[in-house]
Amino acid sequence: MRFSENHEWVTRDGDEYTVGISIYAAEQLGDIVFVDLPDDDSEFDAGDEAAVIESVKAAAEVYSPVGGTVIATNPAIEENSGLVNEDPEGEGWLFRIRSDNPGDYEALTSEEDYRDSIQ
Amino acid sequence: MTEFKRTELHGFHAGQGARFAPFAGYEMPIQYTDGALAEHRHTREAAGLFDVSHMGQIAVMPSNGDMSDAARVLETLLPLEIESMPVGRQKYGLLTNAKCGIRDDLIIARKEDHFMLVVNAANKSADLAYIRESIATSCQVDMIEDRGIIALQGRKAETCLRSVLPGLPGLSFMDVCDLDTEFGQLWIARAGYTGGDGFEISVASGEISGLAQTLVDATDARPAGLAARDTLRLEAGLCLHGSDIDETTTIIEADLAWAVNKSRRPGGPKAGGYPGADVFAAERDSGAARKRVGLGTDSRSILRSGYSLFSDEACTDNVGVVTSGGFGPSVNHPVAMGYVDRLHAGPGGGIYCMVRRKPVQVTVTGAGFLQSSFVK
Repeated sequence: MRFSENHEWVTRDGDEYTVGISIYAAEQLGDIVFVDLPDDDSEFDAGDEAAVIESVKAAAEVYSPVGGTVIATNPAIEENSGLVNEDPEGEGWLFRIRSDNPGDYEALTSEEDYRDSIQ
Repeated sequence: MTEFKRTELHGFHAGQGARFAPFAGYEMPIQYTDGALAEHRHTREAAGLFDVSHMGQIAVMPSNGDMSDAARVLETLLPLEIESMPVGRQKYGLLTNAKCGIRDDLIIARKEDHFMLVVNAANKSADLAYIRESIATSCQVDMIEDRGIIALQGRKAETCLRSVLPGLPGLSFMDVCDLDTEFGQLWIARAGYTGGDGFEISVASGEISGLAQTLVDATDARPAGLAARDTLRLEAGLCLHGSDIDETTTIIEADLAWAVNKSRRPGGPKAGGYPGADVFAAERDSGAARKRVGLGTDSRSILRSGYSLFSDEACTDNVGVVTSGGFGPSVNHPVAMGYVDRLHAGPGGGIYCMVRRKPVQVTVTGAGFLQSSFVK
């Protein structure tokens, strides 16, 4: 798992990347009320806004840390946005992207460095 | 570094897992471990316990002991019928300025030998100075510094309170009483600002933690923070001074004419005689330039404070602004209120707002979203 500056996480499975927000980000947001996910087949460059999370407090943009094409969004979130609060780095994943460019992923921060940075 | 004040319940909040943030110069609990949504729902369904000790409790006592004198001078500051208020009752009132803007909204209770005003935390110093300066020749005006306030709100509030205070008398909405208890003398009002049943309880500083802890340990009451307090009052269409009403919003603009008691309205036996009365009369006749309204949207668009409102889908013609907005957990829908110009203030009217860079349709509604459940 690697992390962006904006508290998104990414895991990699071949050329497919799963994206979500970190536990830290979910805690900062408070209760999440709904999530605006991208359409399948949307194309993003690394750093483009891909989703919006509305919490009780505020609306927060989620940027795609890797560039590519959206191949899936998390169906469980539609029913239950609270899942992002409950398990933001697991069951509360947001979307999956297929990318040809491993460089975006490599450029992200390691998990250890990220966890240190938010102490 | 700015020093924030703390209420006597700070330790209690910390023990309950509160997350703090600054509010009106105090470090206040925004939410606890359950989270704001759960606290809101629990308050509606059972009982939520709020610390509102940051608010100001101002005692007004007539220097000559004659409560009618105190009533009369307070009537020069508030468009209320105070002289004929019975002991043991309280009212919601608006402290106005010369333009009929709202300096503060408050509660005024009539006790045996004094009036007790409860004012907003952010305004309490200014309110104290203003009231004192206005009526010091006939009244003693003092801020109570050694008591805090717990608001216990929700449909089970009475059950919870009675189980801890078995001597609690029967109280109807807006009744007040003093009660001697194992937590000292409590000043209790059957009232609240969440759009449902509840009590506001003034407690001596030395006793307030004991009462809060007992309520939480021995009853269904759970602590609830300022985030839940805000969504509760917003669902009920209640104003927050500093957001929805302020010195620039007139009583008529704010849709609060009901808070001007009948005897003080134009044509009434004690019409006028408070700051801005002439503006109130003029706006009652000819309407105000803008109006506070409720704002309805589809279920996925949350309007937030500060968002501009437009008459056109292209969002070029600005007709108003959102002053409070968020998600209403009890109605399971976004809730918001704001001001629009008089042309666009009719209920059912359609206006627009930019949300996440897309224009969203907004319907003008009345400001409350819930059926109120006050105990009459």
